[in-house]
Amino acid sequence: MEERAAQLGKRSIKTTAKQQGIRLAISMLDLTTLEGADTAGKVRHLCAKAVCPAPTMPEIPSVAAVCVYPALVSVAREALHGTGVRTASVAAGFPAGQVSLEAKLADTEDALAAGAEEIDMVISREAFLAGDDARVQREIAAVKERCGEARLKVILETAELGSYDHVRHASMLAMEAGADFIKTSTGKAGAGATPGVCLVMLEAIRDYAERSGRIVGFKAAGGISSARAALHRLVLVKETLGDEWLTADRLRIGASSVLNDLLMQYARTKTGRYGRPEDFSRE
Amino acid sequence: MSSSRLEVRKTHKLWIGGAFVRSESGRYDRAPTADGRTVNVPRASRKDVRDALAAARQAAAPWAARTAYNRGQILYRAAEALEARGEGLDVGRQELAASVDVLLHYAGWTDKLQPVLGGVNPVAAPFLSFSLPEPTGVVGVVAPDAPPLLGLVAELAPVLAAGNVAVAVLSESDPVPGLDLAEVLAVSDLPAGVVNLLSGRRVELSMALAAHRDLNAIVDAAGDRELAGELDRLAAETIKRVRHGRCAETYEQAVADALERLEAVSELKTAWHPVGA
Amino acid sequence: MSAGTRTSLVWDYAPAPEAVDHLRLRDRYGLFLDGEFRDPVEGRYLPTINPASEEPIAEVGWAGPADVALAVERARAAQPAWAALPGLERGKFLFRIARLIQERARELAVVETLDGGKPLRESRDVDIPLAAAHFFHYAGWADKLRHGVQAREVAPLGVVGQIVPWNFPLLMAAWKLAPALACGNTAILKPAPTTPLTALLLAEICQEAELPPGVVAILPGDGNAGAALVRAPGVDKIAFTGSTAVGREIQAALAGRRVGLTLELGGKSANIVFEDAALDQAVEGIVNGIFFNQGHVCCAGSRLLIQESVREEVVDRLWRRMGRLRVGDPLDKNTDVGAINSAAQLQRIEALVAAGEAEGARRRTIACELPERGYWFAPTLFTEVSPAHRIAVEEIFGPVVSVLSFRTQAEAIEKANNSRYGLAAGIWTDKGAKAFEVARALQAGVVWQNTYNHFDPTAAFGGYKESGFGREGGPAGLRPYLRIVR
Repeated sequence: MEERAAQLGKRSIKTTAKQQGIRLAISMLDLTTLEGADTAGKVRHLCAKAVCPAPTMPEIPSVAAVCVYPALVSVAREALHGTGVRTASVAAGFPAGQVSLEAKLADTEDALAAGAEEIDMVISREAFLAGDDARVQREIAAVKERCGEARLKVILETAELGSYDHVRHASMLAMEAGADFIKTSTGKAGAGATPGVCLVMLEAIRDYAERSGRIVGFKAAGGISSARAALHRLVLVKETLGDEWLTADRLRIGASSVLNDLLMQYARTKTGRYGRPEDFSRE
Repeated sequence: MSSSRLEVRKTHKLWIGGAFVRSESGRYDRAPTADGRTVNVPRASRKDVRDALAAARQAAAPWAARTAYNRGQILYRAAEALEARGEGLDVGRQELAASVDVLLHYAGWTDKLQPVLGGVNPVAAPFLSFSLPEPTGVVGVVAPDAPPLLGLVAELAPVLAAGNVAVAVLSESDPVPGLDLAEVLAVSDLPAGVVNLLSGRRVELSMALAAHRDLNAIVDAAGDRELAGELDRLAAETIKRVRHGRCAETYEQAVADALERLEAVSELKTAWHPVGA
Repeated sequence: MSAGTRTSLVWDYAPAPEAVDHLRLRDRYGLFLDGEFRDPVEGRYLPTINPASEEPIAEVGWAGPADVALAVERARAAQPAWAALPGLERGKFLFRIARLIQERARELAVVETLDGGKPLRESRDVDIPLAAAHFFHYAGWADKLRHGVQAREVAPLGVVGQIVPWNFPLLMAAWKLAPALACGNTAILKPAPTTPLTALLLAEICQEAELPPGVVAILPGDGNAGAALVRAPGVDKIAFTGSTAVGREIQAALAGRRVGLTLELGGKSANIVFEDAALDQAVEGIVNGIFFNQGHVCCAGSRLLIQESVREEVVDRLWRRMGRLRVGDPLDKNTDVGAINSAAQLQRIEALVAAGEAEGARRRTIACELPERGYWFAPTLFTEVSPAHRIAVEEIFGPVVSVLSFRTQAEAIEKANNSRYGLAAGIWTDKGAKAFEVARALQAGVVWQNTYNHFDPTAAFGGYKESGFGREGGPAGLRPYLRIVR
């Protein structure tokens, strides 16, 4: 698994292909802030950057979405109004999910009421590891039902599942229960979207699509901190699912600091100069 | 008598981020050793420069945050290590002794730069105003072709003494002593990334350094006027601090202009604090 | 057993004595002169005792006038070659000494504690590291002298006589020897009579560093040896750290002679706590200021000036904090307050404390068990002190703090400056602007803001007024050992 994923990482992406790849990656970012210390001010700055990541390079697209905690959804929604960048919220007892179903649904409803267009929920690892597949699916279905028009991304928290087999199994459970996207990690625990895990989930998505005819999207989150890592995930998707998957409707990258590295790499392809952190604002 | 025993030959490697690595380009050059042989040395690429600068930048803030005393002790230990292991560098006793002494001299500068270059400003207002030198950050060093060890140490020592980190382009004609210096520095408590040593083509590497936006200053002792002009031009893009100097061939030459060398890689910060109610 | 009674938990630290079996002490040390240890001419040897146990540690030769004369002659003979060495080479000797001190650090710390009575925690964490750092710092000046004196051309003075006290024996030796040697002088060091041992170990270190013979002489002895050194015709400069009384005598003895002099004398330093200080931090600072090294510190914060509005609160907190101080075996790593250095010093402290009580101040001494043998004085707090009281004016040099109060900032400054001494001061306030304003107004050579008793080889130390003149540390510490040529 890992060997195959690593091999795909050796693809060499140069010049115009690199520029295109970077712009693509940026258009698929769920720009995220999930800190205890988040405030309205921070979220507004993040939204401004999400809409226009690089004022000096107008060809850089907006990102796909901004992802925040439920309490800050209304701030994000207002800041993103009319921009085309979607407002996403984590919910359902993120990140550990160790609360009752009622609490999870209340959490989700709060986020939706505040204007969330996308919900990133966590599966109950506790139920999954206990072998209670039915409960895992029940919860996902219940949240999906609350979501209505909103898109549901289901976070598997792959680092806690224990094996690639479990990752594939959890992927299937989530998709069968109605997920619109399956997502690797919360970013709050251990390893995130490693190439091996991504490959497993992409293959599950492919097999599920073939079987059911329903397209479920993929979101890679956690541990993608460099442009190279982001482009590597794009390569994985391209080689596993095909070019038609390289769109924000089917593919997302959840991250925060990677945006500046993508911008620096992009600037370098234009100027030939390696950049430095001060070349772009932090948020 | 083990005259029939085959010796294990050294592989010469770059020193980046505290690790001994080959060039990512896989290229090599031929270089002479003191015993008349010719060996392969890495021909570093601009990607190696990029990696070295990334390692240097990471090491810069922690190095600057150490006490001056601590940095002085580390440079002293580098002198100790060079004295003890210097014979293996094959440069001759005089050049070796001079290099050790240069390290010692600059080890003694770390906690003296502030009193000498800094001070309190008697401003005409109720403020305590003081000015202090601080390290500029990441410095690119272009070493001369000769002397291969002293020429490098004379440029590196003041950069480190002033609290900066360095990425150095070694002598192009005789890089082996510089590469071997890495082994000496590696045992001297220098944190990884504080010094990075690259062998290869001077023009290619120094221009890659000067073009990189995340470099604060360049110290050039190569003595190549045309190159100097190119470096100046590239440095201008991000207003890098540049010093072109004559290479040091003796200990005296390496320390005669010590204060200038230190100033060239220092910034001066002036702070004001109200005095009174 | 009735339901309400419970015995409360008592959790005390177990003894944590430092090991002494790793020491390499000789039974007897001669004088260190001309590069070797030798018997005093008059053959006088005396034991040096451990003030915590009154037991002898080793026998030490005491220098007489003939030894002093010989040392001066050898120092003069060695000086030209020493000064003619390139600065870097002189520096290398001092670097060696610094590194050797570091290598033998634990041994030196234990011996310092045994010989002088200070807690091991202090000798290990403060005295010895600072001594090594001092040599290291001045080693680096030896080849950069002109940068330390505003580019003037300078030359060494020649032979210097240095007399150091018993409160920081090795550290004071370092403060004296390092700059003197870096500048190209040769030196004769006279350690205090009760604490010669670490200086003698330093002599061993000088030998190991291969310091040329005659460059340093170490002559333990009493006031007579000191007087002989001061009067010796071949000495170009005297550096003295000790009491103001003796400093006065030395200055008088040098009248009319062209001999350089620096003095680092006593103090009655004011530790000033404003109402807007962080009070718990201030209390720690007060404790550190007067109980560090049993108060045997020239810059001790022995006068505690508290703003009226917070006086009671600070005194309460201070008294409670004092109650947790641990007095006892200096070798125990948990000890806060060690032994008083000598019987004589203990008598002086007791006499002044009795005078304080007699003059009407209110005395409180913490309740603690003091060991049977040895010289001990429990930390003591005086309140209801008038500025005119002896305990407010005279240096006690013991773990005794006198509390005075003030109403306004101006009054605090006036009271603090109202002393013949002017060595150090502490200012406790959260307002930076006020701290700098008060610092500017105080007649003290060292001002600590929201801290106390911090020392560094790069930061000049010395007093105003009768606390002495001349500075030690930093480039200012070079000046006393040089003469300007141009």
